[in-house]
Parts: sequence; C-alpha cells; structure tokens
Amino acid sequence: MTPEELAEIAESERVAQSRFTQRVNVCVAAGCLSCQSQSVKDALDREANRRDIKDHCQIKGVGCMGLCAEGPLVSTSSGVLYRKVQAENGAAILDSLGGQPVSHLVCRTDTPFFQRQKKIVLENSGVIDPERIEDYIAGEGYSALIKTLTEMTPREVIDQVTKSGLRGRGGAGYPTGLKWSTVSKSVGTKKYVICNGDEGDPGAFMDRSVLESDPHRVLEGMLIAAYAVGASEGFAYVRAEYPLAVKRLRTAIRQAERVGLLGSDICGTRFSFRVDVRLGAGAFVCGEETALIASVEGKRGTPRPRPPYPAMEGLFGEPTLINNVETFASVAPIIRKGGEWYAQIGTEKSKGTKVFALAGRVQNTGLVEVPMGISLREMVFEIGGGVPEGRKFKAVQTGGPSGGCLPSDCLDMPVDYESLAQAGSIMGSGGMIVMDESSCMVDVAKYFMDFCMTESCGKCIPCRVGTYQMHRILTAIGNMSATQQDLKMLEELCDLLKHTSLCGLGQSAPNPVVSTLRSFAEEYRAHVEEHKCPAGVCNAQPGGETE
Amino acid sequence: MSPVASVKTLKIDGRDLSGRQEETILDVARQNGIFIPRLCEMEGLSDVGACRMCLVEIKGQNKLLPACVTTVEEGMEVTTNSPRLEHYRRMILELLFTERNHVCSVCVSNGHCEMQMLGQRLGITHVHFPYRYPQEDVDASHDRFVIDHNRCILCTRCVRVCDEIEGAHTWDVMGRGINAKVITDLNEPWGSSETCTSCGKCVHVCPTGVLFEKGRSVAEMLKRRQFLPYLTLMRKENE
Repeated sequence: MTPEELAEIAESERVAQSRFTQRVNVCVAAGCLSCQSQSVKDALDREANRRDIKDHCQIKGVGCMGLCAEGPLVSTSSGVLYRKVQAENGAAILDSLGGQPVSHLVCRTDTPFFQRQKKIVLENSGVIDPERIEDYIAGEGYSALIKTLTEMTPREVIDQVTKSGLRGRGGAGYPTGLKWSTVSKSVGTKKYVICNGDEGDPGAFMDRSVLESDPHRVLEGMLIAAYAVGASEGFAYVRAEYPLAVKRLRTAIRQAERVGLLGSDICGTRFSFRVDVRLGAGAFVCGEETALIASVEGKRGTPRPRPPYPAMEGLFGEPTLINNVETFASVAPIIRKGGEWYAQIGTEKSKGTKVFALAGRVQNTGLVEVPMGISLREMVFEIGGGVPEGRKFKAVQTGGPSGGCLPSDCLDMPVDYESLAQAGSIMGSGGMIVMDESSCMVDVAKYFMDFCMTESCGKCIPCRVGTYQMHRILTAIGNMSATQQDLKMLEELCDLLKHTSLCGLGQSAPNPVVSTLRSFAEEYRAHVEEHKCPAGVCNAQPGGETE
Repeated sequence: MSPVASVKTLKIDGRDLSGRQEETILDVARQNGIFIPRLCEMEGLSDVGACRMCLVEIKGQNKLLPACVTTVEEGMEVTTNSPRLEHYRRMILELLFTERNHVCSVCVSNGHCEMQMLGQRLGITHVHFPYRYPQEDVDASHDRFVIDHNRCILCTRCVRVCDEIEGAHTWDVMGRGINAKVITDLNEPWGSSETCTSCGKCVHVCPTGVLFEKGRSVAEMLKRRQFLPYLTLMRKENE
C-alpha cells in the first residue's frame, strides 16, 4: 500500500458513492440491534430490491447514532432522522425520500442532545459502514497514518500528541503524550502496543460503540502509536461480552491486512506492525493494566505492584504502551488537524472531547460526545433531557464502581478530570448514571460494593476481605439492622482500602461509599437510627442478617 | 572487568544504611535487624506484594509502598513503623482472622504460626469485625500431607515455591475475591495429582497450619525452611 494506492481507493469509493442519489442509513450497533434494527434493514433492502431502486438508493448499515433510547434509528440522505422504526415502516421511509418525511417517526435533531455535541471520536459513527474499509478510507481514513509514516518522525508524532493535551480516556487521565514518550525512550528487544477494550463499568458502553461503529479508527490510532513508540506488535484486548465489537474489529484487521495497512513494510516504509485480538474472560480487574498484561500473557488476570510500570516492563517484560479504545480513537484527528487544534477544545487541564454513556433516570439515554468542561447540569438536563416522569433529580454517578455519586449541588461543576476528582468522584471511562428520588443511596452504594466484592481478584487482603466486610455492613444498613458502630467501621474500612489496596480497583472501591456518606449522610442516618429508607427501597428483613 | 554494583544510601527509621540498587527496602531492613511484618514474602521466592503488611511510609511520597517490592533509592527516608501503619496492619490482620476459621487451639501450627506471632506482636487482643465462619474443605488424600483450607491466608507461597523452586507447578489459585482458593492441578484431590513430586516444599513454606505432615497433632508442625536459602544460593552460583 502506497499513499497513491490509498488515494485511489478513496477516489473510487467516492465515485461509487456518488452514484447514489439517495441514502438510508440504519443503525446496526448493539443498542439498536437489540431492538430489531437488523429486521428494519432487511425490510428496507427487500423493499428497495422490489422497487428496483438499488442502483441509486443505498441502504447502509452504520454505527451508533447516539440516541439509543429511541432506537432503532434510521437516517436518510435528506437529513431526516427516524426513531423507533419498525420493519413495516420500510416502504413508507422509501416513499418519503425526496419528499415529505414520515411525520410520526421523525426524531427532532434541533434539540440540545444533537446540537450540544461535538463529535471527534464519533465523527464517523452513524455515517460509515463499520464493516467496509473503503468507506473509512473515503472519509480521510488512514490519511493520518500515511502522514505520520511519510512526513513525520516519531518524535514529531509524540510532540503533536503532547501538544494536544490528550489524556487517557480509560479513567485515570494520565497524559497520553508523556506515556508515549516514556515508552519510546524505554529500551527493550521489542515493544508492544495494547488497546484496552475491557470496558467493564456497569452502565458504560463507549468503547463498545466505538469498536462497533468505527473499528478502523482504533486500528489507525494503534498504528500511529506503534510508529511513535517503535512497537512492532499489538494486541487489542476486548471483553468477550462484546461479540459484535470483536467481530467488527477482526473484520477490520483482516481488511487492513489485505490492503497492506497492517503487516510488513507498511506504505513502503520500514515500519511493520501486526495486531491480534485477545478476548477478556469476564473479569473486571483485567481492565487494570498489569492484570490485563498478565491475561494477555496467558496467566491469571491479577494486578502486580507498580513500579515497574508497563512503559518500562510490560508485556513479556518488554516496554508496552497501553491506551484505552477512546484514546486511540482520538489520535487520528489530532494528527490530521494538529495538536493545537485539539488543545483549543475543552478546559485548561482537560483538553478535547469525551464520550459519555448516559444511562439511568434520564430522558435521552445514549451515547454523547461533548467538549470537556461542559457542566453536569447541561449534561443531565439539556443533553439528557432531564429526569423523566416529572421526578426530582437526586444524583449522578460517574466513573462506575471506582467513581462516586454527585448530588444536585455539584450540578454546576464542569466535567473535567480535576473537578470530578475534587468532588469525590472520577471521570472514569465515561459512564454516567442519573438517579432520581426513587433511588436509595445506601442501596446504590451496596450495589457497587457488591460489584467490587465479586470482581475483586482476591490477591491482596484489604480488597479481598475488606470489600466483603463493607458489603456486609451495607447490607445490614439496608436491612435496618446496622448500628452506629457499623457506620464507624464502614468509614474505617473505606480509609483502609483506599490506602493499602494493591491496585486501582481496591483503592477506588470505597469511592461510591465515601461519596454517598459525604453527600447523603442523612439517608444513612435514617436507615441506622430510624430504621427507615427515605426512598422506600430498602426493607427491614426479619432476622436482619447478611448474605 | 569486574561487575559494577551500584550502591545506594538511605535512611530507615532514622538509621543511615546502604543497599545495592536491586535490593528492596525489606532486604536492607532485614540485614540490619529492622523488623517489618510480612506474610506473603519469603526470601528465595519471587515477591508479589499481596499481603500489604509490609507497607512503609516514604518521605515525599503520599502513597504507602510495600517494602518487599520497592527497591532502594538514593536518599530515601523510610519509616517502617508509625501509629498509622500500625493501625492499618492491625486492621488487615484482623480482616484476615475473620476471613476463614483460624482456631489456634486446635491448629497443628499453634505456637509456630507466622500469623499468630504477628497478631501477638501487633498486640491484637480481639477482632472487632464479625467472623465469616465459612465451610472450607480439608483434603487428606495425599499419602504424606494434608491441606486444611480453613487456615489458608492465600499468601501463595506454596504456589510460588512449587513453580519456581521445585518446577512442578502443582499449585495454583482458582476463583476470585473472597472465593479464591489454592488448588492442586485442575482442582483435583492432592493425592491424585500427577504433577506433585511429594517434595514437601509447599508444606514447609506455608506460614500457617494449612499445609502439614500427616500424623502431626496440635502445635506439632514445625516448619523447616533451611533448604530455601541453600537452593537459591546454589542456583545463583551455577548461573
């Protein structure tokens, strides 16, 4: 594959697409597929065949369009978005092309949900066919890779990423440029690049959507990273619970290999890189980088103490770059448009955009990409459309089991790494669960503690036994059988886990408890002293014991 | 050319000490008779940093670091004991006591148990977390040895000695979190294990009374570990 050949593919794809005067895009990402979007697409295909209009009307399966709550979603070339489309609506949609839209299916796109978003990572989601490399290439795909290989030195690539201010999107927010630079300076006989797609937070589905909607973008990011740090082999670690993401990623790898964008001597340069997919076996802790590396090596997925960091001694003892799916997906636009362009977006310390999975008690559940620094209020009430059924907002949970619950007085806080951390939560990978007055915060804390307890690997004592004891106390509080002594013990355990656990999972496991104890102390008090659950979720149970 | 050894000087509990750059804080402390509690670490085996008992404070670091895996650095100032560290250590040990059924009075290792000794040293008079009282198995299918999971603290010394020193890798860990347990082969009875060489190394590195020789009664199981430094030394010389 030479730059000229790539341009040729792009050109012929553009010509092929220009034949189509009409286009109907059907979302075939997991969200819409789960409400039968495949049958919608099949119906549209059948109908188009019957009418014999396939030479000028394209029916295309595309990635996530964001508003998962209203799926299956269908968009047309006349700029109309249809919601909750059923197979029997196929004919009506084809009839409407070029004319009046089918009014009862129209989904308004002038709402804040669509208008407030800024799509960089998701720019191709819902636009291109994730299973065709040509479609990706036609939209400037792999041009950033060609640019790095032919015009830039590895140092220049790292400089651009550093300038962009991009930080790890997996949760901790480590500066990406610094990580790349460290790996590039590390010495080893071989270097590796790993893409962390072991997204396990309850309620989070950003990485799944990116992999399902635009897998080539992730590969392109990995390729650019590999060139920058001097790696020759890569692994994409995706959890096995995402079969569609795995399938599309594997298809993408095969396609890239076929056209010579993966393999030896890419673009006629000396740069070679290959990618293999590894499946996670359902352990949350394997999202922690050292546990992930152990898992890729074929060992039991447990974390090990750092240092040495993977950048120095990672996979098979060699320097290894690990970034999250979304981080890799942000790379190509940064290279194409420059680090400065990216750094203009966002806040002083948190640059660019972030993809969030809005879930819970909010009108518009789905996937959104917003500039950093947007307020929680805008996220929940404007983009999210507020809490349904006229209920009252209570809290928003960010960062999954490692994050915290933010109450309504945090609503005007900007969403960036520092502010969230200061408020006792974390950015995390981007899960955002909205809760209303019907949620009991003790119950929420118990839910997350249950998650941490069952997902603890069992290696270190504070996490293994501590999460068990914390869960026991939270269960007792829920059963109205806890005492003040238990509450004190709970706080002691929070402190212990935070400071003595081996890995991030254990250290952050108390966060949901600490944040609810801080912001919703009254609810805990009501359970313990008055044996009442203000939200009416918890019930006193006879016997009141745990398990 | 003679091999170059880089030596670092550091302070542990106010004492000026020195250590080679590959040595850990625990190594240097031990050489100088400074006590740092630990349960999973064992000289001659790889370190896993799992028990968290050896966490120490290092000046200028807001994180507590495990002494068994943290290598010495020039100018490091280490504190191995403080009210805070003691508080955490006691809590961790208490949690460990609640996890399984540690009944000293009927244990073969009573009086020779590392966990018991640590409890005494840390002044634990009672445990203020509720006990779990789990139902754990005892496997006496082996000709010479017994494993009693009721006393296991999952330090994985047996796993490591079997893999790293004996080279059999009979032991491993299965399950997650509170349900984790050490197993022989693919969770088969120890007696029918095809990989076990019956060398008994696992029995002698075990810090508590989990692994013991058949025929030992209460307090009779003395662990002999002289083989470990000897084997490690011999291997180093052969390298």
